This record gives sequence, structure tokens and C-alpha cells, in this order.
Amino acid sequence: MNAALRQKLVVIGNGMAGMRTVEELLAIAPARFDITVFGAEPHPNYNRIMLSSVLAGEKEVDDIIINPRVWYAENGIALHTGDPVVAIDRAAKTVTSLSGLVVPYDRLLLATGSKPLMPPLPGLELPGVVAFRDIADVEKMLAAAEQKQRAVVIGGGLLGLEAAWGLRRRGMPVALVHLMPTLMERQLDVEAGHLLQKDLTERGLHFFTGAQTEEIMGLDRAEGLKLTDGREVPADLVVVAIGIRPNIDLAKGAGLDINRGIEVGDDMCCSDPAIYAVGECVEHRGQVFGLVAPIWEQAKVCASRLAGRDDANYQTPPLSTRLKITGIDVFSVGQLTAVDEGDEELIYRDSAKGIYKKLVLRADKVVGAVMYGDVADGAWYFQMLREKADVAAMRDRMIFGQAYADVSAKGKGVDVAAMSDDTQVCGCNGVSKGTIVKAICEKGLTSLDEVKAHTKAGSSCGQCSAVVQAILSHVTGEAVEAKAAGMCGCTDLPHDEVRRVIVAQELKSMTAVRKALAWRTPDGCAKCRPALNYYLLCAWPAEYVDDSQSRFINERVHANIQKDGTYSVVPRMWGGVTTPAELRAIADVADKFQIPTVKVTGGQRIDLLGVRKDQLPAVWADLNKAGMVSGHAYAKGLRTVKTCVGSEWCRFGTQDSTGLGIKLEKLMWGTWTPHKFKLAVSGCPRNCAEATIKDLGVICVEAGYDLVVGGNGGIELRGTDPLCRVASEDEVLEYAGAFLQIYREEARYLERTAPWVERVGMDYIKKRVVGDEAGRRAAFSRFVYSQKYAQIDPWAERVLGVEAYEFQSLAEVE
Amino acid sequence: MLDWIKVGTLSDIPRLGARTVETAQGQVAVFRTSGDEVFAIFNRCPHKGGPLSEGIVSGKVVVCPLHSWTIDLATGEATAPDEGCTRPVPVKLVEGEIWLELKAGLKVAHG
Repeated sequence: MNAALRQKLVVIGNGMAGMRTVEELLAIAPARFDITVFGAEPHPNYNRIMLSSVLAGEKEVDDIIINPRVWYAENGIALHTGDPVVAIDRAAKTVTSLSGLVVPYDRLLLATGSKPLMPPLPGLELPGVVAFRDIADVEKMLAAAEQKQRAVVIGGGLLGLEAAWGLRRRGMPVALVHLMPTLMERQLDVEAGHLLQKDLTERGLHFFTGAQTEEIMGLDRAEGLKLTDGREVPADLVVVAIGIRPNIDLAKGAGLDINRGIEVGDDMCCSDPAIYAVGECVEHRGQVFGLVAPIWEQAKVCASRLAGRDDANYQTPPLSTRLKITGIDVFSVGQLTAVDEGDEELIYRDSAKGIYKKLVLRADKVVGAVMYGDVADGAWYFQMLREKADVAAMRDRMIFGQAYADVSAKGKGVDVAAMSDDTQVCGCNGVSKGTIVKAICEKGLTSLDEVKAHTKAGSSCGQCSAVVQAILSHVTGEAVEAKAAGMCGCTDLPHDEVRRVIVAQELKSMTAVRKALAWRTPDGCAKCRPALNYYLLCAWPAEYVDDSQSRFINERVHANIQKDGTYSVVPRMWGGVTTPAELRAIADVADKFQIPTVKVTGGQRIDLLGVRKDQLPAVWADLNKAGMVSGHAYAKGLRTVKTCVGSEWCRFGTQDSTGLGIKLEKLMWGTWTPHKFKLAVSGCPRNCAEATIKDLGVICVEAGYDLVVGGNGGIELRGTDPLCRVASEDEVLEYAGAFLQIYREEARYLERTAPWVERVGMDYIKKRVVGDEAGRRAAFSRFVYSQKYAQIDPWAERVLGVEAYEFQSLAEVE
Repeated sequence: MLDWIKVGTLSDIPRLGARTVETAQGQVAVFRTSGDEVFAIFNRCPHKGGPLSEGIVSGKVVVCPLHSWTIDLATGEATAPDEGCTRPVPVKLVEGEIWLELKAGLKVAHG
């Protein structure tokens, strides 16, 4: 479009709502307007939500700038900071700024935000009284904090609590005065409010709840609060954070329709068709706004309208709340309590752990949730509320979370085109389809890895990867090839090539590999180092020295890290068989070390959960004494051999499946593999050991043993493919060992047998393991050879002091 | 009051590894790079509080063991596209001894 034909857009307000609208507008109609922005504050556009993090010292002011000045320049936006608009002339279509600038507009956007709500208190004008609204307020609070003065915050809502916590983090003694009997009463029910108050009291905040301020005391400056019940709260800094109200002065002066805020329709337009408004200054259908989610939605609608699209309409979405206080997890959405007989409450409470969860249901639909201490499933409850999902079928489980209720959708066969934008695709990271599509479009993403990096979808458990891939293909309009990419950012060479060169050139250390193959980084990275370590270990079992610093933590310390930084310990139970003495020893260990959870695993063993890292060697020592060794439940290696009781006890058993399972486990334990490797042996075709979803399964029949491979019961269910039938236990061991060795040598690191079998095909596997007798025997003997170096109990080594530094802190400073 | 406090020696930490120091302000992770540089940051990933000391170190970054965020050892910042920051602790290496600048300690116990 010719520059002369461009319309003039003036934006009043350089905050989050205004600039988000401009960003959205530039994305869809970059050439439509010449844009001028006026801001009252002297700063470029910053993230006001993060002011509490600046106050708490977790971020600097520079960290929260959203758009630096160069962004305005690059987009041809004229920016006037520190120069508020003082008048709008709707007849002449101009605005006038404090400095006297007069700028004409075709379209005007009001994004004037809000002002702190200040109660009519005597003493409010004294120095030492501040609001909590902008960078200048935070600077005043920080200056007071530096002098280690005492602070009192008025207001126990989201804003007041974040202010109080930030000041406390800065080392100030802080009291908080709140009018209502419990904190955050608009977002939390009484129970959660009390838990929050208890936690924050333990962190050093003092509370006066149900307390009304009568006046701010002091002559020349604030000296404290006097409450209506006569109590006095001394303080040098008084922060008023009781709420906000829309900043409507300018709109009022211009004669626009206003109520509590500037009135807008679904099109975000004011009573003057040339003037739009977004953010905390607006009132839409009687509602005003303080949270960011609906404001982003307004920005999107407003930008579409400004761009000339008349089909965009704003509708307030259901809102959820989270508190930004490090280490305190709070989530709420919708209705906080049952309000009449039609409402039902599901409540989970663990007072020892400080966990509280409540769901409010009406007619089998979620209408509200309050969570304290464990908010992991907040996004899931929120999604069910938005979707008005019928939850009758999982009602008795859902309070325990999504993992128990299991409503997960499977990746294959999902129609991504029909999927709504707010459908949650990644349950781990709470990423919706809309977010993924937006990232793909805005950032021009073309590969699954890029989508994972930018949105986090699929980056945790990976279950949704297939759906994410399908969305990517759908959006980009082409089947995106899973190209043979390099191992990682350090090299363009794919796994198979690196591996071939390691063997061909006899490279026997990681440094040698990186040098020979011209790695771009001297140390490698967290992706290639574990892979190289495995490839070298597999190629040179007798010579290569394992590099523990290239191991993921679980394999480095031979235990499974848990979400709270403790570990779980699983001793090996050969073939799932144990003895009273072993069970007694496990019970004694659990008692002695006060292990909080003892659980039976899916692999027929016992898991001890919640062991501190420094306790691990002592726990292992006791287990070793009772004859138990590491179960490698943490390893990309041989995990378990699950068995049924077989012919020894079972009236249907055809062979000794338990005994054969133990023989297989004794042969294979300790081996490292590209990914975890699980076995099962069933004593008859009823298959009670579920051998058909294992990496390698044995199903006993009257005539011998059926071997099946490539199964997976995990992320993506895959039944095994039949390999062959053999006649004797010795043949089972040889065929199984050969299959395992070929998998070890030829699968890529982190590739389970299921995708490997699909990639190379069963014909190839049968040819190698069944058809080529000499090749099978050779592979089996290579496996047996490598086991000479692998079958050393890592727990016993560490009990004797190997890598002792891993389990001790360097120093304690009291 | 901040004070320089000796917490150990360079050889106490494996190359491309980390050790932890307990302090009144929380656990601090002290890292050693392949080039024997030393960095210290609070041992909590900005994402979900994961123990960064248990991550894989390369160059001057560590990858959190819980959800694979990459954290810059010098600044404590998560690398793009992730956003977040854990606080760095001033550290110096003098003749093989590692010193951290911490709130004045009354007592130091070496593990």
C-alpha cells in the first residue's frame, strides 16, 4: 500500500494491552497504519505482571522489557514515552499530549490501563506510602528495603501478597493487613486461604486479617497503621494494594460512554466508531478486567477489527488464577464453593503435606476448582470446565488427577483439523492446539524438534508427539519428512554414521570421536554425550571407561530421581521371586531410613520411594547384606523379567516359566542398551505375564517356546511380532541373547525395540536371528563377552566408596 | 553482610560436574567446566525447582535433570526459547580453593 494512503492509528497507553494489540495488528496487516504510541511512563513496553518478580529480586527491570525501543523503530512506530495524552478532540480527530504535541488519527486505541485503588484514609499523602503498580513504585519499595525498614501492606489479594512476599525476600520485616477474614477470598475458599496464610506465616510474614485500617499514622512521613480495633502496626513503608480501577479520565473528558470502565462492545469499539479500547480500562458486558488471559483475547479481536475484519468478536473466557510466590502453588478457576443443592464438592486434603484440592461439580460437569500445594492437574480441570465435559464416568477418581482418571487421547487417528484450538494436546506442559498452531505460524517452525522447543508440547513424556507432528503437517500443508537429522546441534552427522565411524576408525574415547568427526563443541552437549558414551561402551566393552559425567543423573547415581529431588531404589528380584528374608530386609531398610513410600512395581519388584541422595549408599549396603543387588530400574538397560508361576504350580502351565525367567535375567542383567529393555515369560498361551507387550517375550507351549519381539506397553501400545519357535531353554537363551546384542549394536540411542523393529522390519530381524545360524552364535558370544564387564553390581561398588563425592555435599554454611 | 567463604577445592568437583553447598539461603550448586572454570548458582531450576547440580554440564551450561531446561552457568538464565532465571552466587577460585560470596556464615562444615 502506498504510504500516503495509510491510515493513522494513535495508541494511548504503552502497556501490555496496547502493545499486544499492535503486535497482533502488525502480524495481520503490517502496512495498514502509520502508528503513533503515547506512554505516560518513561520506559518502553514492559511486562507489568513480572513486577513482583523484580521486587522479589528474581528479575531485573531489563528482564521484563517486552519490546525494546529498537522494536518500535523497526516497525516504524513513533513512540513518545513520558508524555501522556491530556485531551482527545473527537470532532477534529486529534489528540494532544502534555508536551503540546497534537497528532491526528483515523483510528484511536485507548489502552490507558488502570489506577491503583486508594482508600480514603487519613495520611495517604504522607511520604512512605506507595501503591504497587509501576516501575517507579517498585523502585521506591526497593529503596526502602535497602534501608531494612519495616513494611506493612494493605490488601491480602493477589497483588498485596506478591508485594508482601517480594519485600520479605528483600529482607524487610513485613506485616499484611487484610479486610476479609481469609486471604485471596475472591480466588480461594476458606480452607485454601488458611493454608496459604499458614505457609506465609512460616515464611516470616505477619498477618492481621479481618482488620480495617483507620488511618496511616505519622507527621512528616508514614510511621505505621492504626486499625479500627485500636491496634497499631508500626511501619516505615506502607504499600497500598487493595485493587485497581479502570483509568477512564481521558475517555470521560472526551465524552465517551463510560461506566466503571470505558464501555466497549464485542468488537472492542467504544461509543465512537473511530475509537477502540482494550485492557484494564475497558468494561465489557458489565465486567472489568485485571488478569492477562482475557486481555490477550481482547487484543486479538481488536487487532482484527482494526485490520478491517468484521467477523471477530470478543467473549470473556473462563479465567484461572495462579499466585507468583516461589514455592507456593495455588490454582483456582470458576466457582469456589457449592452454592446450592445442585452443586457437589469433591475434596482431597493431606494436612501433613499441605495439599488441598477441591472440585465443584454441577450436573456432572466441572464448574470450579481450588487447589493448594499440588496444582499439577489444574490445567486439566480447567480444560474440562471450558469444554463442559461430562465427568460422571471418572468422578470417583478425578480428584486424584489425570494420571488416575486416564482420559488421555491417543495420537494415532486423531483428526487434528477437527480439533478445537483450546483442546489440550500436551498434558504434561498444558499446551493447546491453538498455541502450537500459533507458534508454527508466527515463528515459521518446520520440524517437530522446533515445535517442541518453542511450545514445550511433547517435550516431557512424548506421548503427544504424534499429534504434534500431525498438527505440524496440517498447518504447513505438507507431510513434513522426518529427515535423517544430525545427532544434535554439535554435529550434522546422523547416529548411524557416527556409530559406523567409531567402529571403522577404532575410536575409543569421546574426545577422539569429537575430534575425528569435527564436532562443533569441545564438550559435546547433553544430547550427544550420553549417546556417544553408550556407543563407545557397546563397541569396546573391555576397553572403554564409562564416563559418569555423560550419564543422565539416574544412571550416574544408580537410582531414579523424583520430582522433589529424592530418589527411588528398586532391588532386583530375579524373575519376580522373593523370599521372606529379602522382604524382611526391605522392610527393615524402609523402617530404618524412614522411607515414605513402598510400592510394588509393574515389573514384579518393590520400589522404595523418597530416599535422600546422601542416604543411598547406606540403603544399598543394607540391601546388599541381604543378598540383593541393583534392579537397574533407572537404566537404559535390562530392566525386569516378568514371569507367571508356570508348571511348578499352575494347573495350565506347560513349562517352568519362572525358572526360565530367572535364567534369562541372570544372563542379561547389568547390560546397557539403547533404551530400556523388558522381558516376560509366560507359562502357557493364556499369557499371564503379558509377554506380548515386552521388548522380548517368551510364551511357553507344550511343544516348546514361542519367541516374540518388539512389544511396548508404554507410551504407544504395540503388540509383539512373532520371531520363531524353539524347542529348548538353551535355545531360548541363545536366540534372546543374539536379538538383544543386535539391538544393542544397531538401534539408535533412545530407540526402543518397537520403533526399531518397525524401522528395519521383521524380515531383517528374522534373517539375522533365525536364518543366519553362524551370525546368531557370533552375536550371542559377543553379548556374553560384553557381560563379563557389565555384570558388576553398581550398588556394591558405591557402598565400597566409588564416586563417594556424588553422595555428599561439598560444604555446609550455617 | 556478605562474606567470602571457602567451601572446598577445585579437585573436590569432577570436571563437567557439580557439588552442592548448603546455605541458610538454600542449596547452592557449584559447577566445574572442562576448562576448570567454576560457577555457582542456586540449585533450583526456574521451571519446576529441579536440582541443577544433577544435570549434564557442557560448555558453560547445565541441562536440568527433570525437564531438560538449559541454564547458563554464568547468569543463571534459562536459554531461549525457555524463560526464567535462578540466582547466580559470586564465586572465585584462588590457588585451587573455591570461595563463595554468601551471607556471613558462623560455621563451615566441609563434607
